[in-house]
Amino acid sequence: MLELKNVSLKIGESRFEVLKNISLKMDQKKLYVLTGPNGGGKSSLAKLIMGIEKPTTGKIFLDGEDITDLTVTERARKGIGYAFQHPPRFKGISVKEMLRLAMNETGDPMRDLLLQVGLCARDYLSRDLDATLSGGEIKRIEIATILARRLNVAVFDEPEAGIDLWSFQKLAQTFNTMHEKLDTTMIIISHQERILELADEILLVENGRITPNVTMESILNRQDTTMSCDCYEETEGTENAERVG
Amino acid sequence: MLNALDKTLLEKVADLHSVPIGAYSIRKNGVGIERNSTANITVEPKTDKPGINVTVKPGTKNESVHIPALVTQEDTEDTVYNTIVIGENSDVLVVAGCGIHNDGGKTARHDGIHDFHVKKGAKMRYVEKHYGQGPGTGEKILNPKTIIWAEADTVVELEMVQIEGVDDTHRETTVHLGDRAKLIITERLLTTGVQTAVSSVNIELEGENSTAQVISRAVARGHSKQDFFFDLSGKNKSRGHIQCDAIIMDNATVLSTPKISAYHNEAQLVHEAAIGRLESEQLIKLMSIGLSETEAENTILNGFLK
Repeated sequence: MLELKNVSLKIGESRFEVLKNISLKMDQKKLYVLTGPNGGGKSSLAKLIMGIEKPTTGKIFLDGEDITDLTVTERARKGIGYAFQHPPRFKGISVKEMLRLAMNETGDPMRDLLLQVGLCARDYLSRDLDATLSGGEIKRIEIATILARRLNVAVFDEPEAGIDLWSFQKLAQTFNTMHEKLDTTMIIISHQERILELADEILLVENGRITPNVTMESILNRQDTTMSCDCYEETEGTENAERVG
Repeated sequence: MLNALDKTLLEKVADLHSVPIGAYSIRKNGVGIERNSTANITVEPKTDKPGINVTVKPGTKNESVHIPALVTQEDTEDTVYNTIVIGENSDVLVVAGCGIHNDGGKTARHDGIHDFHVKKGAKMRYVEKHYGQGPGTGEKILNPKTIIWAEADTVVELEMVQIEGVDDTHRETTVHLGDRAKLIITERLLTTGVQTAVSSVNIELEGENSTAQVISRAVARGHSKQDFFFDLSGKNKSRGHIQCDAIIMDNATVLSTPKISAYHNEAQLVHEAAIGRLESEQLIKLMSIGLSETEAENTILNGFLK
């Protein structure tokens, strides 16, 4: 079980508080979907779980063990995995090499891993993870590096981004199979109905706070009428002045 | 006779475990020690100066010639002049390279000057690896100079690698390309400690529809210094592309000077250069699949220099 206790995160020189006193528990074999507006704190939360960011205050526990001060490597070795929203590219490292590095004891053949993300091993294993791959391809390979590992906690940061509709259907199926077969705590950051449908629990992350147990209907029907911009009046005069000038 | 040290150096610079199959010439401490010609490839010593003449018969396919040099004594300054003629329509691999073992306090230096004539329609892959080792404080210096004359319809691939142990290098490479000649250069360079490396590549696109592609990747660590010069001249309807990338670490210095010159209105020349540190996102990705920071760093660098 993964537990966050009173976790806050402030970033940058301005010490902007992206996460505000978050507490939540996530169980084994459950699939959680984090959703919410851009800039709400979803990716920051994922990075806190992987150890890429360290909380300003609060603690993180994995199966009762305090992992707050553990490095990214130490957390990885305890079975936490994170599929990047924008995976980095590597010159001279092939898809095969990356999968080999990622694999722990799963032993799943690489061709199966690639097939699960809708790619054919014959076409991809020997290719480098560099700029010759499209955004969607690199994203799918990134997901395969998570499937390659037997994990306690797997976090996927907007897996749908850049992936075409057909491959996305396949990916949703893959998440579902993973959820059925494994005990992994799955955390998926997503805005897609197809992914929201898979969730045991949907959490809304907004303005650095979390609302647990929201329903899919409330998310899909959400009309953001509260949006306002109080800078409108201040800037209007300037814009007009520029136009006249 | 090759001893254990010679064999280690041979493996590093020519991937050889022993005397190679086929044509070869092995030079050690300024003297040719073993040499072999085959039916299609002749290797013979020059009579006017140190070095060898290698002649590949026209039409020779899938054969190789190894011409490595070893320096295992301090206080050695060896300059060698090799002339290699690749006959028309042949397809061969030439492996040169130099390994230095210096356990003394004085300099060990090898300057290999290679003059290649790649005749019409021939295909040549040339691999040149440089390596230094030994506990001595004496410098290990390698100054290769390579001049290639590639005639019409030739394909020339050059692989220049210096990964370890060379204190100082001045590398000069000049290639003249005829009609439809195609050149691919891959350069890999790693410097550490207080090593210095200067590499100068000059490509003359003289023939119509000649093409050149250069991919240079370098890593500079410690207090080492690297200085690159690329000069690409389009003198005919031609295409040339240089891409050089360097990763800079610690207190190293990397300088890269591009020059592209077009003397023809259908010459298309591109030079791309980038110098930067290791990307933190790459490190984090590899750490997030269980590698330590050092393992992640080595994985990125090894891939980059592959």
